[in-house]
Amino acid sequence: MTDLLGFALFAAALTAAAWALAAHMTRIYENAPARAERGLYRLAGVRADVMQDGRSYALAVLAFNAAGFVLLYAILRAQAVLPLNPDGVGAMAPHLAFNTAISFVTNTNWQAYSGEVQLSYLSQMAGLTVQNFVSAATGMAVGVAVIRGFAGRPLGNFWTDMTRSVLYVLIPLSVVLGVVLILQGVPQTLLGAAHVTTLEGADQTIARGPAAAQIAIKQLGTNGGGFFGVNSAHPLENPTVLSNMAQVFAILLIPVAFCFLFGRMVRDTRQGWAIFAAMGVLFALGLAVIHLSELAGNPLLGAGPNLEGKEMRFGAALSSLWAEATTAASNGSVNAMHDSFMPLSGLVMTVNIALGEVIFGGVGAGLYGMLLYVVLAVFLAGLMVGRTPEYLGRKIEAREVTLAVLAFLSIPLGILVGAALSATVPQAAASVQDAGPHGLGEILYAYASAVGNNGSAFAGWGAATQWQTTALGLLMLLGRYAVIVPMLAIAGSLSVKRQGVSTSGTFPTHGPLFVVLLIVTVVIFGALTFFPVLALGPVAEFTALRAGQSF
Amino acid sequence: MSNLQMAAKAAVLKLHPRALKANPVIFVTAVVAAMTTVLALRDLLTGATGAGVNLQIALWLWICVLFANLAEALAEGRGKARADSLRATKAETTVRLLATMDDPAPREVPSSALKAGQLVRVDAGDLIPTDAEVVRGVASVDESAITGESAPVIRESGGDRSSVTGGTRVVSDHLILRVVAEPGKSFLDRMIAMVEGAERQKTPNEIALNILLAGLTLIFLIVVVTLEPFARFSGLVLPVITLSALFVTLIPTTIGGLLSAIGIAGMDRLVRANVIAKSGRAVEAAGDVDTLLLDKTGTITFGNRMADAFVAAQGVAEADLVHAAWLASLADDTPEGKSIVALAARMGTHVPEEGEPVAFSAQTRLSGVDLPDRTLRKGAVDAVERFTGQVADAGLRNAIDGIARSGGTPLLVADGARILGAIHLKDVIKPGVRERFAELRAMGIRTVMITGDNPVTAASIAAEAGVDDVLAEATPEMKLDYIRREQAGGRLVAMCGDGSNDAPALAQADVGVAMNSGTPAAKEAANLIDLDSDPTKLIEIVMVGKQLLISRGALTTFSIANDVAKYFAILPALFVGAFPGLQALNVMRLNPESAILSAVIFNALVIVALIPLALRGVRYRPSSAAALLRRNLTLYGLGGLIAPFLGIKAIDLCVTALGLA
Repeated sequence: MTDLLGFALFAAALTAAAWALAAHMTRIYENAPARAERGLYRLAGVRADVMQDGRSYALAVLAFNAAGFVLLYAILRAQAVLPLNPDGVGAMAPHLAFNTAISFVTNTNWQAYSGEVQLSYLSQMAGLTVQNFVSAATGMAVGVAVIRGFAGRPLGNFWTDMTRSVLYVLIPLSVVLGVVLILQGVPQTLLGAAHVTTLEGADQTIARGPAAAQIAIKQLGTNGGGFFGVNSAHPLENPTVLSNMAQVFAILLIPVAFCFLFGRMVRDTRQGWAIFAAMGVLFALGLAVIHLSELAGNPLLGAGPNLEGKEMRFGAALSSLWAEATTAASNGSVNAMHDSFMPLSGLVMTVNIALGEVIFGGVGAGLYGMLLYVVLAVFLAGLMVGRTPEYLGRKIEAREVTLAVLAFLSIPLGILVGAALSATVPQAAASVQDAGPHGLGEILYAYASAVGNNGSAFAGWGAATQWQTTALGLLMLLGRYAVIVPMLAIAGSLSVKRQGVSTSGTFPTHGPLFVVLLIVTVVIFGALTFFPVLALGPVAEFTALRAGQSF
Repeated sequence: MSNLQMAAKAAVLKLHPRALKANPVIFVTAVVAAMTTVLALRDLLTGATGAGVNLQIALWLWICVLFANLAEALAEGRGKARADSLRATKAETTVRLLATMDDPAPREVPSSALKAGQLVRVDAGDLIPTDAEVVRGVASVDESAITGESAPVIRESGGDRSSVTGGTRVVSDHLILRVVAEPGKSFLDRMIAMVEGAERQKTPNEIALNILLAGLTLIFLIVVVTLEPFARFSGLVLPVITLSALFVTLIPTTIGGLLSAIGIAGMDRLVRANVIAKSGRAVEAAGDVDTLLLDKTGTITFGNRMADAFVAAQGVAEADLVHAAWLASLADDTPEGKSIVALAARMGTHVPEEGEPVAFSAQTRLSGVDLPDRTLRKGAVDAVERFTGQVADAGLRNAIDGIARSGGTPLLVADGARILGAIHLKDVIKPGVRERFAELRAMGIRTVMITGDNPVTAASIAAEAGVDDVLAEATPEMKLDYIRREQAGGRLVAMCGDGSNDAPALAQADVGVAMNSGTPAAKEAANLIDLDSDPTKLIEIVMVGKQLLISRGALTTFSIANDVAKYFAILPALFVGAFPGLQALNVMRLNPESAILSAVIFNALVIVALIPLALRGVRYRPSSAAALLRRNLTLYGLGGLIAPFLGIKAIDLCVTALGLA
């Protein structure tokens, strides 16, 4: 009961804060650039005042991210000889640097490395933290451009949208969150690791560094890559219940705000509420399953909640909330080991990611991902009211459907083909830690995580092999850009369409009926695609567990 | 051969790869069926276990393809008979080609050699060889072959009745025609192609839907192909035939099989309503229409004014006025005259009196009857006042002004020099029009009345009919402007017209319906042609367009919703060997040996079960989009989720009882 009350309070506070943030963001994205900003653009040599169409917006995104990849790869490979390396960390192996660079540029933040032993402070600060900001800002910029397209306006300018996302949304919020975390005891220092003598007289090295700043943006930007290897389960990354609540709040804040931003920018807040409601219902259902499974615990171990792999300071309820939030929102940071969750919890987390990260999802990315489902839902059901399907007064025709199908196809293609290869090829299958259906669950989770740009994994799964770093790196690219490019194209195509009037004969895209329709579309298109393999993985594990068999 | 037999034969012929290629989902099904057949035969020869069931699965996959072909063939078959009768009127004849209008020595050429712009002479009894415009003469023409209307119509040069259609026959007199259609492109050719569905081009929504279905097919291909390595990882070997069966049941075969039948049947419904669509696009656009421009006359009101009331002059008994009006109108054959007789008869019984009828003449502008003792006349107010030399008394004058203000036409009735009173003639709204417009409003469609009447008259009729807007004293330019304004506001506009001056507006409208009696210019500009020349048809066309889209959406939703049950039928049967616990997913409690076969049989039978629905179209009652969505989502979405659970279970019981697996 206390848990339920806590969840409800959390939801209410989150919704209110996101609503307020959306108002702030609307002003930011709809106002003309300030003078200081224009100086920045001149310095960077970009034309920030030109309106871009879908194609040039996408090209700007790709060029910017490609440059980010090259820079980050270079830093990781050369970190041994670069400054700010008090602990003398060596150069990162090429395949690992490839994987890490893609991972941070695509907002996945999959960690095949362990931060405290494989990264210098420079890599953390100038490499990863920078990408934490700009990869998030890229997602937000694309999200805003897609919203403008759906609203029938020019898509805007990538450089402006990206810069403003960093300057006026991500940095201020990060400063606030960073200070809160420092107050809770998260380190923020450039001194090297602390060397202490324990009570038993043994020497212990305690890794530390400029953590608070990076953790703040890792949560706000749905990045998820921790400063330390075990992420927010680490006592210095997430020391208290308050720091835990602040972080899980930060994970969902901007993604939720994007729903309301959508409603505001299309000049019909009901549309934003409808999308929020569909996401909210899916979120609540997922949380319910995870929480109940974890509370029930493992029947083979007797009564009581499942606490394997969890931090005792958080317990089952806060670990469940975090697990749902981090998988729904494409964040990927963890405060408990997902590998140790109950099979049904693992199922929900995998589905959250495999849907394409559309339950709030990544910053910006969650909204444009959900709009992909909206296009499909509107097309199918729109025909049933006897008109050419339309959304917000603009017709959904062959071009939009083709692009939506292409974008959607990348999800099962990446996850299923990647995972199937990984289950077959011997050097890939070696990454699997556990036998039977749980092993299949590990593979599936890893590939879903890469394609969905989530970044979390079932711990114990060997992510650092050459096969996995390469395959997952490529799939992160697929999962990110095979959705961004078609969605920008859809937005570009819708932005120039004539807007029809809304009459009692047009398909209503707000209200409970549409919310139900959207949820069912997400479930049937998204989840059903993975039903066979989920049956062999988590579902089989669940039924076996009930019969007394564990893996 | 019966219709069904012919369709069955056509269904088999459609197995040709070239015919299958047009439909990606069914093409893939056929490929899988062929592959499965080979594998099943191999099993049979090697004596592998389960060969019998595998052969049955292969057989049902073929049946699925055949049922899809049958649906299309049945839809096409409905148009065939009509096409054959039309083709009969297109028989080759010789025609007399003129070099000039006054060419004394016409050249005889075969009708198929005629080119646009050539002059032809046709006489009574001749078949008009192709679409043409009358350049000289007046004749009555029998158009029953095209319209089904048996009364001949007048066709004459100039004006709005100058167009003749190939396949119609001259009944009297002769005409000189200028050919307007290239050979093979005439109206009749187009109509034949359309009713046969031969030259059917896919409509925009159909193309989009096909892309979605192809995408879904590709997704399920990925799902099924990757299932094999996942199963192998889990220590299971899945036979290819089983995977094929899973694949075919998951891809949207139901809608894939019925999609073209729905399209053809939709066009056929238009043909039955005697409307020819020049493109499928127009039919879909009709479903999208937001604004209907309707001509007042013929659509909203009857073509003629009718008597509505009598107003007696001071000192005249109303019964006397009514009786006099009745007598004066008995011999009047005009609709107005008949309506006066009808109204008078409703108000009392009248005894006819011997007399000499006086017909309407342009000089007096009066008509009536000369009785032995009385001269009864009726006519326009000024004409009667001149005839009697009297003016209407003050009370009557008030009434007359009132009638004029309300948009009606006052007539006076006189007995000799005495004015008896007035008759109120007014436009009578067709019965049911008001309700029809209310329905349209519920559907979100605005109705606009177009009339040449003055604004006062127009407003009063508009209020009575319940239209949303009026365009009074309308000129062709005003119509065009109105359409452009509506379109600029994001509305799709439909209108109908017949005159040449309607052509620009017809072309500008998103859906333009030309009357078949109209000019070639109007017909060329429109994208639909109504053979009955009935302006109310516009509303019917909108309904057909909507029903077409709804049928497609409903069956697609049904098809996709079916997948849930199919997973629950097939997956437990596949996996239960390795994971006995997955029996929990077997909610239908199917027999593992027969479950896959049952799902495949259901998949095929559901197509044939839905053919009648595809041909007839989903029931459509005008209502708001929200209500329609709720109804159709429940019926086809929820129904599509539940129906296969029941259907597959029932089939499985039969399969088990018959010992098929």
